[in-house]
This record gives sequence, structure tokens and C-alpha cells, in this order.
Amino acid sequence: MVAEKFDVIVVGAGLAGTSAAYTLAKAGAKVVLLERGDFPGSKNVMGGILYRQPMEKVIPGWWREAPVERPISEQRVWILTEDSMVTLGYKSQRFNEEPYNAFTVLRARFDRWFADQAVAAGAVLVTETTVEDVLRENGRVVGVRTSRPEGDLYGHIVIAADGVNSLLAQKVGLHGEWPPDRVAIAVKEIIQLSRERLEERFGLENGEGTAIELFGEATRGMMGYGFIYTNRDTLSVGVGVLLSDLIARKIHPNELLEGFKRHPMVRRLLEGGEAKEYMAHLIPEGGWPTVPPVYTDGFLVAGDAAMMVNGLFREGSNFAAISGKLAAQTALEALERGDFSSRTLSSYVERLRETFIVRDLEGYSRVSRYAHEHPELFTVYPRLLAEACHELMTVDSIPKRLKLLDILRHARQRRPLLAVAKDLVGALRALP
Amino acid sequence: MTERAPVAEQIPDFSDYRGVWVNVQQRDGVAAPVSWQLLGQAVPMARELEVEVGAIVVGYRVRHLAEQAIHYGADVVYLVDDPVLERYRTQPYAEAVARLIQRYKPEILLFGSTNDGRDLAGAVATIVKTGLAADATQLSIDRETRLLNASRPDFGGKLMSTILCKRHRPQMATCRPGVFPTPAPDPTRTGRIVEEPLGLSEDDIPTKVVAFLPEERRVDLASARIIVSGGRGVGGPQGFEVLRELAEALGGVVGASRVAVNAGWISYEHQVGQTGQTVRPRLYIACGISGQIQHQVGMQDSDIIVAINRDPNAPIFRLATYGLVGDLFEIVPALTRRVRELRQRLSQQRDVGPTPRSAASTAVGGNGTG
Amino acid sequence: MHTVVCIKQVPDTSEVRIDPKTNTMIRGGVPSIINPDDRHAIEAAVTLKEQFGGRVTILSMGPPQAIAALKEAISLGADEAVLCSDRGFAAADTLATSYVLWAAILKLSEEEPVDLVLCGKQAIDGDTGQVPPGIATRLGWPQLTYVRRIQEIDFARRYIRVERIADGGIEVLESRLPAVVTVGREINEPRYASLPGMLRAARYQPRIWDRNFLDLDPEQIGLRGSPTIVSKVWAPPRRQRPPVILIPDADRDPDAAAARLLDYLLKDGVLEWAPAPVPAAE
Repeated sequence: MVAEKFDVIVVGAGLAGTSAAYTLAKAGAKVVLLERGDFPGSKNVMGGILYRQPMEKVIPGWWREAPVERPISEQRVWILTEDSMVTLGYKSQRFNEEPYNAFTVLRARFDRWFADQAVAAGAVLVTETTVEDVLRENGRVVGVRTSRPEGDLYGHIVIAADGVNSLLAQKVGLHGEWPPDRVAIAVKEIIQLSRERLEERFGLENGEGTAIELFGEATRGMMGYGFIYTNRDTLSVGVGVLLSDLIARKIHPNELLEGFKRHPMVRRLLEGGEAKEYMAHLIPEGGWPTVPPVYTDGFLVAGDAAMMVNGLFREGSNFAAISGKLAAQTALEALERGDFSSRTLSSYVERLRETFIVRDLEGYSRVSRYAHEHPELFTVYPRLLAEACHELMTVDSIPKRLKLLDILRHARQRRPLLAVAKDLVGALRALP
Repeated sequence: MTERAPVAEQIPDFSDYRGVWVNVQQRDGVAAPVSWQLLGQAVPMARELEVEVGAIVVGYRVRHLAEQAIHYGADVVYLVDDPVLERYRTQPYAEAVARLIQRYKPEILLFGSTNDGRDLAGAVATIVKTGLAADATQLSIDRETRLLNASRPDFGGKLMSTILCKRHRPQMATCRPGVFPTPAPDPTRTGRIVEEPLGLSEDDIPTKVVAFLPEERRVDLASARIIVSGGRGVGGPQGFEVLRELAEALGGVVGASRVAVNAGWISYEHQVGQTGQTVRPRLYIACGISGQIQHQVGMQDSDIIVAINRDPNAPIFRLATYGLVGDLFEIVPALTRRVRELRQRLSQQRDVGPTPRSAASTAVGGNGTG
Repeated sequence: MHTVVCIKQVPDTSEVRIDPKTNTMIRGGVPSIINPDDRHAIEAAVTLKEQFGGRVTILSMGPPQAIAALKEAISLGADEAVLCSDRGFAAADTLATSYVLWAAILKLSEEEPVDLVLCGKQAIDGDTGQVPPGIATRLGWPQLTYVRRIQEIDFARRYIRVERIADGGIEVLESRLPAVVTVGREINEPRYASLPGMLRAARYQPRIWDRNFLDLDPEQIGLRGSPTIVSKVWAPPRRQRPPVILIPDADRDPDAAAARLLDYLLKDGVLEWAPAPVPAAE
């Protein structure tokens, strides 16, 4: 039997892959979407927050029909020491009104819906099928080989959206294995709380939601952060750190999560909740310099497979969705021209540059590097801040001026003034 | 079957359906023990309903089974004896049973849940258009309604479902071998044998039995008194050799959990549990078995349960009579050794002759920590 | 040659979780699969097709979500699939189920005569194999259950010979077609779906037949047509077992622990070849 030929083969039905497949199908291209999991979303893990506007660029009005959890109307930042926290936050009614800004989602539900949209638009979805390799002719990628019997598939273009552990881009030679300081590991649990309790505890009304990011002791002073996001009647609770740091500290990811959940400031939020699911995943880290070449003859890479993640601003999902769409548009152009070589496909990078993606990733790389070079951000500074606040809040008979001097003195003991100045200058330079 | 019945309901008049019957399965003139086990259940139910206990015997040259059925509690046996029935085939057996039902109208009819039993019961229930409850583990009578309550563990295992057949007769149920105890026969019992013709000739039956290959010594878990059973902790087929030695020394058989069977370490006929067999031995030794619900359902009625497992938190310890937290590959051989020593001592004693009481106690191991 | 395979979509027991509070199986989110024995039936049918030509039609009664099971069967090599789905079929017991499937098989026979019906020998969610005998009885066809091997089949001569797992041994039976045959794990190794099969399944839409299309008697379907009913669900009074007697140091001194265990067992009298120790004479 002759293997079937498609216009485009998309590998991976996550946010990047499904965006690509959706865009292609809507434009009438013959596209197949291959997913190794039992269903789209079964292998995907995210905090997770989806941003309304970037997603609308791919699928307008998506938030009206997609299974989202809660619109986020409040952002809190908590800086933890062992027994205290310094907090900052912003909440706005306007974020709880149409058209909304961001939503918490559960990937298993969302991805399934999203893939259904791609199928309704005409994409062919095949699940439980792993792509093992690309097929090549004269150095060009002309298809993929799957693990199934008679498992070869041909296509003018292959879009690899197969995630952070992407095999395909490696097979094509675009990059090698990621070193552990180029990936973060995130572990997460879905914790069930009754809806009433959840809303009461987090002060929520009218279906709104809260996102909390936690630093400092949350990650035992390692680079990264913890998070607590409110879903309808569950919490997404997790923590992510640079993999190389975790390895160096010899801490088991599960231990990290358990320690986080046990923290006195976190524990009370989770009280009475029941852990329903546990998951862990790698997250690309490092920004633009980490992004490998994203195209070659007959081949494009999108999403986590291309390491497009801005960790600090929780942006992996929108980069994935948009890069998927841009890869699709690049493919459509190539189909029109009838030329699938690097020459045509190189326009993918231009398209990426036109969006905020590349600029943000470039900026993020500076932030990422700065954070990695300044571990005191996650250890010393939180403590400094906490002590200062503690001192200020303690009402005793010491005059305020003396208190302030005391605070400064303590601070200088922990971190000399020169060092602080350097830190500040570096931070300013690293700003996106 | 997940709906609950509405409370008030018209139950038709079934006053002409009377009697609690059991189908006596047989092969080559030997009855399956489950038939006697079911008669043991039929007798008290019939007493409650104040009706007769009936038995169906279908086969060729099987009159002696009719007599046995009476010894096991049947008041009347309906016998269909014909050369066409020499080997089991669905069509003639199902028609024979259906004719008996239509003629003599039992209110309850029980079948053993074996391959042949299920093959037959499913066909009979469809011919007669009545309800069949499968794999019941508890049978009882509701006096007020005269209804059979056939209960079985729910799909999940921890709950029981009770199945009723309100508007059809007879109420049929199948039960697995080993669920109910085998009663003791009473050879002095008397009863009636009613013989009925088959009314079918060989030409009427398209299916022919070309050959029958009896199986060599099958593992009879259902009636075993001692079972040494292995699970994930056994680790492989070689591990089961260790259990086999203990089973042999004790005079028992080897069982297994689904995990071990699925891994290919031992064949399916050893499987105990929801998708294997239900057992009720005197002694069940669970080695390296964690004790998930699906396994417990198959052995929880054992008299004495011994659990040997490395993990002190394994659920099996909640069910067990005795527990040993340790390495089964050390404990089981040690136990085998001691059992063999004991057996040897006992057989030597027997050779020597009866011994005074006190000596017997010491020899048998009154302070047996040796 | 037209073979019909009856399948059922069931919850995946290996993934079952028990809710500790209510002691019920957590069904929500439990993946559904094709009943394992039915996979063997599909494999047997597709293998026959590869040998003798002809068509394989998959038939099932269930809610709309069973479509996924039918598509999976297509990916395994079946040609067509029909789902009998109707609100009125809900709560059907095995008699009501065999009624619907019988009517569907008759309907399929109108399109192309059916030579063989293959079913899994039993469903893991409690059926215990009653539906196939029900179908065979209604059709008036021979039923051959627990078949572990089809020795010979001749569609032209209308002949079939099988090895059946009977009580106490293996029977070799011969019979005529059309017939209803049930199979299980013993008969074959189900294949992995090929990629072309997966693609075909992704694009395939099964036909859906409701009670009107099949012209069914409302008294014989669903709850109305079910002589048996689940009247209640209850928790059995737990057999009162005293807390476990833990024999100490089974890890440090297994031999001593074994000896102590043997002691207990003897006193309990479970070892029939050993008399229970008689209390020492005073």
C-alpha cells in the first residue's frame, strides 16, 4: 500500500502543534496532526495560564467556548523566608470583565477542545502514535516514520511541535541534547477543594481567579518560583527550578514540592484539600540564545521544541500557540510557491521577529542569565526584605529613626553596599 | 444495569411457579461439585418458601446422578436421559431444560457459572425470556415478595449489588464454584425422579462433538484447602518455584495475583481475584501480594490469611490473620524447611506407634520455636 | 463473506480508582476501552478476512461515546461499524441487549448476508458472557462459546470446526454456518493498528441506528425489556477480622518467624495432616 501524502505533517498536538494544524486546516491545506498520547493534552503540563489576546491571534473568540477555569483578576507575588512572607499584588475588577486578560486552564481539558477545533476545520488527528524519525530524500525532510506498522507518512513539510524533549529536531541535526542548565523542571499537583472553600479562602467572587507566584524559600533559594493558581474547584500548585541547580543540591523534585506545600504560608491555603493528580515536566530555559535553528529543508520547529519560553513572565503557552501559527503561515507560503527548501522556510524567523516573541526572548535571556548569576536574589534579598518589614512592623519603644538605621546596618552586614550597587546596576541592564 | 426500580410495582401472579431448582452439570456421568454446592443453598431457600427442591439432570446414562441429587437435598429430580445428550451441546441441553421449565414451572433455577454452565444458562434464559443474574455470591429469599435476592460484588469490589427478577419466571442465577461450601450428602434421603423424553433426534442438531481431550491435572483452586499465592513480589517464574515447594510441603496448591499472571510468570488457571477465581480455603498464604481490592474479592473469605510482604503498609495486612514483614525469599524457604521437618517427625511417629499424650505435644511443637 | 463482530465499550479496570469515602469506583475520567475479549474477536475476524476475503462489520450497543471504540475497531482493520444508540436502550440487561443486537444483525443481513458473528467471550464489567448465547438463540444459529481456535472454516460449504474450552477439557466441535462464536485471549494476539488504519479510523464515521430505524418493540428494549434489575447497592458487613497478629522480626530472623507462624497454624488446626497440639497434660 502506498503511504499517504499530506501537505503538512504536524508532530505533537500541544499548543504549538494544534495551532499550526488549525491554521493550516482553516486555509484548506491537507494536514495530519500526530500525537503520541492517548489524547491531546494527556502528555502536556502547564502551570497553567493562557493569555486571551495572543491566543485570539490563532483562534478568535476562543475563550467564549473553550473549557477555561477562571479568568485571572488578581496577581500576587509572595517572597518567602522560612517563616515569613513579603507580599505584593494587584487586583482589578476590569480583569474580571469581558474580554478578559488571562485564564487558568487544565491542559487535559483544553487541549482536547482545541484539537477538536482543528479536526472540525479539517485536520486529521491521529493519537497514540509516536513519531520516531524523519524521512529524508537528498537531504530534504519529506515525511516522518512512526512506530506503527506501515508507519511512514509523507508530506511537503514537517512541523515539529513535539515538546521540550523533542526528538525530531535532534534527528534532523538542528541541535543536540539540552544540558541541564538549559531546562527547568517543574512539579505540580492538582489539589481539590470545594468551590465554596476555595472562593472563600482566596476572596473570589463571580467566578474570578487568582494567580500567586512565590519566590525565595519557596524554591529553597534556588532560581525559579512556586505557583498557586485557582481553577474552578481545584488548585494548581507547583514549583519549578533550574534542573542543574536541583541536581547540584541533590534534592528530589518531589521533595521540593512537598517542602513547598508544607511551608507555613502555603500550607494554610491548601488545608483540607485532596491531591488528585501529580505531574512533572521539563520547561525550556534561557531565552533566545537557547533557541536552536528552527528550520531546514522541509522542516520547521515550533513551541517548546524550539525552546521558546519566557519563564519569568509565564510565557510558554502563547509563544507556542503563536509560533505554531507562524510556522503554519510559513508552510502555506511554501505550498503556494511550491518550494519547501530552507530558502522559503527561512521566512519563519522573520515572522517570529515581527512579533514580540523574539524580542521578549532576547530580553528574557538577559534576565535569566542575571538571575542565575545572582543567587542572592532568591536567598539574601528575601531575607533582607523580610527583616526590614519585620523591624518596621514591630511596635516597640525604639524611635523610628533608630529603627531605620538598624535596618540599614543589618542589611549591610548581610550584603555589603558595593555588592548591592552592583546588583542594582546589573538588574537595570538586564531589564527587558 | 444501573437504574433502581420504582418502589410500587405490579408483580404478576406467579402462583403456578413453584420450586427452587438446581441444574446438575455433569460430564461423562460425573457431576460438577458446584451443583452440590448450589443444592446446599437451594434447600434452606426452598424451606423458607415452603416449596420443593428440584434438580435437573440432563445427559446419557445419568440416572445415578439423579439419585445423588436426592442425597444432596433434592425432593424431585427431573431427568432427561437420551443418547443424543451424551456429550454437552447447547441446543439439545437448552431445549431440554427449557421444556422442563415450561412444563414444571420452577420459580428459581440456579446454574453453576462454569464455561458450560454459562453457555447453557444464557441460551435457556433467552428461550424462556427471563432474567439471569450472573456470578452471584450471595443468595437469599425475601419472604414477603418471594423474590430471590442474588447479590454480587460491584464492579469496584467494595459494594454489593442485589439483582431482582420481578416480572419474569423462573428467576435464574449463576454462581461460581467454590463460593458456597459443599454440603454433606445424606444417603438415606428419598425423593422422586420424574423422567421426561428429549424429543430431539441427532439430525435436528447441526453441532457435533468430534473429539474431547480431557485436561491433565488441572489446578483446582476452587476446592483447595490450602493455597500459597504469589504476587508482584515474587518477581518471576523462578520465584514461583519457591512457593510451589511450600505448597507441596503443606499439601496445597499455588495461586497467583493478576499481576503475576499478566507478567507471564504463571498461567491464568492459578489466578485468584475478581478476574480469576474465587477461593475459600482454610489457609491462604499471600506472598508478595499487596492486596488490592480486585484480589481481596477473590480470597477474603479464607479462614486464615497469612501475609508475607516487604511493605508494612500493604493493604493485605488489614485483611490478614498473621502478618510477616520481611523478605519472602527468606521466610518461605524457612517455613518450607520447618514444615518438611514436622511432616517427617509425624510420619516417623506414626511408624513407631501411638505415643503418650505429653510426648505427642512436644513432638508436634508445643514450644515449636525449636 | 460477511463477519459481524459485536463489541462493547467498557471502563478500563486496570485504571480504576476507588473513592475511599464512598467506596465506589471513580468512573469520571476513567478511560474507556474496547472490552479486551472483543479485541481478540476483532483480530480473529480481520484475520479471516485476510485469508478468505469479504467484509468485517463492527456492531455495538451503547451511548454516543462508544463511537470512539468503533473507530478504534476500524483502525484495527474492520470495514464498517454500526452503533445502536438510543436513550430507550439505557439500563438494558443482557436479554434486552441481545434483542437489540439480534435486530441489528438481521438488518445487516438484509444488506449482505451474515456468515459469522464473533464476540468476546465476556465483558470485564460484569456481563459474564450471556449476550452471545442470547443472540444465537434468537437467530436460531449454533452457538460455539469459549473457542480457543478455529480449526477449519469453509464459507462455501457452510462448515466450521473449532476447539472449545469446555468444563474439564477441550472439545472439538463442528457445526454449520452461520454461527455465533465467542473467543478470548487464547485465540490470538491482537495486532497494533497500522498507520493507514489509524488514518482511516480518524476519518470514519460509524452509522448510528436508533430504535425507530430498527423498528423495535418498546417493551423489549432498555429498562422495560430487562427482566433483571439492580434493586440496591450496599456495603457488606465486613467480616469481623481481629487486627493482624504481626510476627516480629520477620526481616531479621526469618527462620524464627517461620517457626512461630507454624506454631500458630498448628494451633489453629489448618494443617489437616497435623493434629492440633493437645494441651500439655497436667
